[in-house]
Amino acid sequence: MGGMAAPQVAPVETPDTTEVPVSDRPWVTIVWDDPVNLMTYVTWVFQKLFGYSREKAEQLMLDVHHKGKAVVSSGARERMEHDAAQLHAYGLWATVDRS
Amino acid sequence: MFRRRGDSYVASFAVDEVRVLRKVASEVVGLLTDGFDHGDPVVGRLFPEVYPDDDAGTAEFRRYTEGDLKTAKIDQAGAILAALPDGDAGGEVRLDAEAAEAWLRALNDARLAMGVRLEIKDGTDLGEELDDAVAADPASSRVFQLSVYAYLGYLQESLLNALID
Repeated sequence: MGGMAAPQVAPVETPDTTEVPVSDRPWVTIVWDDPVNLMTYVTWVFQKLFGYSREKAEQLMLDVHHKGKAVVSSGARERMEHDAAQLHAYGLWATVDRS
Repeated sequence: MFRRRGDSYVASFAVDEVRVLRKVASEVVGLLTDGFDHGDPVVGRLFPEVYPDDDAGTAEFRRYTEGDLKTAKIDQAGAILAALPDGDAGGEVRLDAEAAEAWLRALNDARLAMGVRLEIKDGTDLGEELDDAVAADPASSRVFQLSVYAYLGYLQESLLNALID
């Protein structure tokens, strides 16, 4: 697993009262780099599952490859779990997290 | 290796290749049925923790999705077994688009499983690994496994290229 994690950005100071409740924050599906999956296969899976253009799918694949991971979709938690389950069916290493 | 012919994806396999494909597909089925064990790193890779920092969340996700995922993976390995020539012989394999995609996913599962067992890492040079293994013992199981792993990669890539051609 090569690559660096994305730098953490320190949150801007915000009064607690204006913070969006944790349960309302959108979620993300993350795909992690993997030494086995073929680059062409990963690109194909992104196109197939998400309907992304070849250019976008390739860019995401390269992000996964070079940065170690990439956010491939975002939205409601249930939706992200659905995406992760689909990615697992294709053998990609996917996790779900808060954005 | 696969080529597109009309609406089909066609490849000819020698008897040795048929045996290897039957073996790896059967091993995947075995891993997902009798041998299913979350403690096995191969199972861990095929069924990743969806919330790495939240065991309860992962367990909940598995309760809802694992049965379907397991069935899908068994079915796709079954698609390889179903399309191979009968008996102990080589022959032609002809896949429609749906079977071709099942083969792609199943070949990928088999490669993931072998990759874990062979400890394939990001920088692993397969040719070098194979040379080292041959130098250590040309008759070793590692030489055979590495060769099969490389072969499955070529086969998967040829099928993928035929599909997106």
